[in-house]
Amino acid sequence: MKFIISMHINPAVLDALTKEEMDAIGAGHGAFIEEIKASGELIVTQALVDPSQAAVVRVRNGQPVVTDGPFLEAKEYLGGFYLVDVESKERAIELAAKIPDTAVEGLGVEVRQVMFSDGLLEA
Amino acid sequence: MTEHAIEDLLRELTPQVLGALVRRHGQFEECEDAVQEAVLAASVQWPADGLPANPRGWLVTVASRRLIDQMRSEHARRERETSVATEVAPEDVPDTDDTLVLLFMCCHPTLTGASQTALTLRAVGGLTTAEIARAFLVPEATMAARISRAKQKIKAAGSTFGLPAGEEREERLRVVLHVLYLIFNEGYTASSGAELHRADLAREAIRLARMVHQQLPDDSEVAGLLALMLLTDARREARTTATGDLVPLDEQDRTRWDRALIEEGTKLVSASLAGPALGPYQLQAAIAATHADAPTAAETNWSQVHALYLILERIAPNPMVTLNRAVALAELKGPDAGLALLSTLDDDERMAGHHRLLSVRAHLLEKAGDATGAYDHYRLAAKATASLAERRYLESRADRVKR
Repeated sequence: MKFIISMHINPAVLDALTKEEMDAIGAGHGAFIEEIKASGELIVTQALVDPSQAAVVRVRNGQPVVTDGPFLEAKEYLGGFYLVDVESKERAIELAAKIPDTAVEGLGVEVRQVMFSDGLLEA
Repeated sequence: MTEHAIEDLLRELTPQVLGALVRRHGQFEECEDAVQEAVLAASVQWPADGLPANPRGWLVTVASRRLIDQMRSEHARRERETSVATEVAPEDVPDTDDTLVLLFMCCHPTLTGASQTALTLRAVGGLTTAEIARAFLVPEATMAARISRAKQKIKAAGSTFGLPAGEEREERLRVVLHVLYLIFNEGYTASSGAELHRADLAREAIRLARMVHQQLPDDSEVAGLLALMLLTDARREARTTATGDLVPLDEQDRTRWDRALIEEGTKLVSASLAGPALGPYQLQAAIAATHADAPTAAETNWSQVHALYLILERIAPNPMVTLNRAVALAELKGPDAGLALLSTLDDDERMAGHHRLLSVRAHLLEKAGDATGAYDHYRLAAKATASLAERRYLESRADRVKR
């Protein structure tokens, strides 16, 4: 079963962390990636740049209208995700709990099953 | 010989060759790599040059050479072992029992179900890592990591090559059957895209189940599982529309069911039911055979289906079995009886919010004439499923009761 484990970051929370704390999170992700690569559960992971770098695209009267900044007026934004292939939802949750972000107050990860996939593989 | 026939032959020979090598050299991981290389070489050479006089001997020889090359390059100091291996003559390997031993090894209890499945398909099924990756819709690197981890775990567990004895053997056989069942289900469950590869998986599961049945003809659960697969696979064509939408059992065009498979499955399950033991696969096969036996959905022998589910509930209690019994009960005694049985599942945390419980309740509410309740439950079930095809089906049901 495939699951997306998405990481919801709050830039204000991240800014408040010390360099040591940030480094520990980075190292934690590194170890986590190695672990689920070895177990054959990782399909892919991607991290996104800061939401301040986002652009929102809308098409009005056939013309694209582009504005800087994120779409959501929120405190938390998508920071990145892990796409994993695991035995069960319980296992996906177990993996999610190992992600260092989950131990930081104000951050959290979300687990949702994939319903349709295409494009990762040669047919 | 056609390329397809060569492929079939290679699938049949792969576990025999691997078994022969592992029996001789131990080192499952290294032997497995060598056999994969030999099979790859054969799939290139045989269609072009024709079959060798002794295909199995050819594979054993080539795989042994690869194994020796591996040993040489990796451990030059193991010269002595290498020279022993070199003495291996390309004789025919008569001991086909090794296939079963291999299957038991791949279904080692220290492995997760996903790893057991992947390793079984590669070592016993003779599928390449790329083929297995495609069938499970994951990248090859992901599958390669899983298979290599599985082989290391078997090595670490110190698995010796041979069938476990007594009770352990019985337990391991249950794992083997479960893995074959998982492979079959992976192939049978409708999914969007890549459907062809998945049909291959169902075929492969049937091939492996036939093989186990051949070696253990007296085991009634092996026969039951094979029968269950055949009877289920017989409905494949009728189970989806041309556009991939699900067709429920009672609306399927029964003339499209594969009669030959049904006949074979029914014969198998009848013979096994005459035996002393009664297991869950046999009972499920017997239920499938009862459905297959009915010329129309209306003529289904529901009291027999219900009785079989009742026995199944007793020997292998499971909320899914109770759920299925509720469907049969509703056919026998009316939807309210079915709904009453379903309500016993509400406190079962394994079933909370499960789409099957929601969709069966929706069906029974529809039959009971509660259109609003049915609509709500169809919608909830549609949201709860992870299958696109099933979601489309449940949404169409919801639309239908709304009108």
